[in-house]
Amino acid sequence: MKKRFSSALALIVLSWFACLPLFAHHGEAAFSSGNKITMKATVTDWYWANPHCILQFDVKGDDGQVVHWAAETSAPASMINAGWTKRSLKPGDQVTITVEPVKNGRPLGRVLEVVFPSGQKVTGGFSSQLKE
Amino acid sequence: MVHRVIVLMLILAAPAFSSIALAQPATSPRAGAAAQEAVPVPAAPRHDISGTWEPANGPADGVQANGVKAMPADGKPEHEPPYTPLGLETFKAHKPLEGYAAVLPAFFNDPRDKCEPIGFPRANFYNFRQTQILQNGYKVVILYEYAQTWRVIWTDGRQLPKLADGGVFVGKEFKESRYYGYSVGQWVDDTTLVVQTVGMMPEDKVWLDTAGRPISDAVRVEERFHRIDHDHMELTVTIDDPKMYTRPWLAMNKFPLKLQSPHTDVMEMYCSPSELEQYYKVFGNAASGVDSK
Repeated sequence: MKKRFSSALALIVLSWFACLPLFAHHGEAAFSSGNKITMKATVTDWYWANPHCILQFDVKGDDGQVVHWAAETSAPASMINAGWTKRSLKPGDQVTITVEPVKNGRPLGRVLEVVFPSGQKVTGGFSSQLKE
Repeated sequence: MVHRVIVLMLILAAPAFSSIALAQPATSPRAGAAAQEAVPVPAAPRHDISGTWEPANGPADGVQANGVKAMPADGKPEHEPPYTPLGLETFKAHKPLEGYAAVLPAFFNDPRDKCEPIGFPRANFYNFRQTQILQNGYKVVILYEYAQTWRVIWTDGRQLPKLADGGVFVGKEFKESRYYGYSVGQWVDDTTLVVQTVGMMPEDKVWLDTAGRPISDAVRVEERFHRIDHDHMELTVTIDDPKMYTRPWLAMNKFPLKLQSPHTDVMEMYCSPSELEQYYKVFGNAASGVDSK
């Protein structure tokens, strides 16, 4: 499982670079601050709930292996401000997703940006991302 | 001639009166910056803080993920509250999800994690979002967006209850500690309501903020709601808790609020134990490297 994940990760990473921490003040203990992974993914579940919505998705590597990811977003009240609704995504939707991964190497992360099937770009709704 | 002058004055005054009567912001929230600059904002109405208010610097400004607005838990010495020894010990026992002492999700012990009542004054320091304030001749009622909770500030001239062990005395009658305490308010001038609150829960039941700062049942909280003009208000909150802190300190210092349309549909923001459980099952535990919380 770990080997499949590593090879899938190597194939699917489109950008990985250090940048200024985006979430200096928001539950960063679990996350690899400053790192990003962007992936083309198939949504398997969009869970609209407090305190975080959870987007689950599959990412297929060039080797055909599928890695299942889960990524948290902000709370619904912030997500609405960021342009999401409970019906924004459904299983089967093809998206491009950028996450800040967790430090422990599991396929988990925090949503930074999603490009919906429509082409609309939205952030993960976190305080530092919300505009007035 | 006098008749014409009176008519002219009424015509000129009409926009101001209609704005106040409708309790609408003088400028549309969607107006461009140039348009907002051009329209003068009417003066604050007397003894009135009612309306739907949102943080003026944006909807997320009241989230306060890093602790109380005026003293964020960023590790800077000037942002460390003046702890007593008990206050510091209690802070260290808290495992928060935010601030410099943050732990991984599966290990945090914030009572909010079990959807315990957020209580007061933390309601001002946790997802302080669109806040509805209603008032009549006897009381001011604050409806918070988070957890759809509310509190009453009496403005009918009653005295602030006296703090006692486990509660308060209202006259000779003992009443229990409350998550939202007992509040009385007084107008100190035409546009400033000063509110005192005592009788809140002890430190094992509630936190002051998301960074884990403590608060005890000995606290006296002072809020100053100062309505600057028709559309703007500032909130200042002072924490005076002799059990946890050596002196009073400001948790909010003129936190700016902006009046919203009275037609605003405020979102629900709730805490659901079952949704929290699902969060840990699908994400939180694995992100923390454990199988269960």
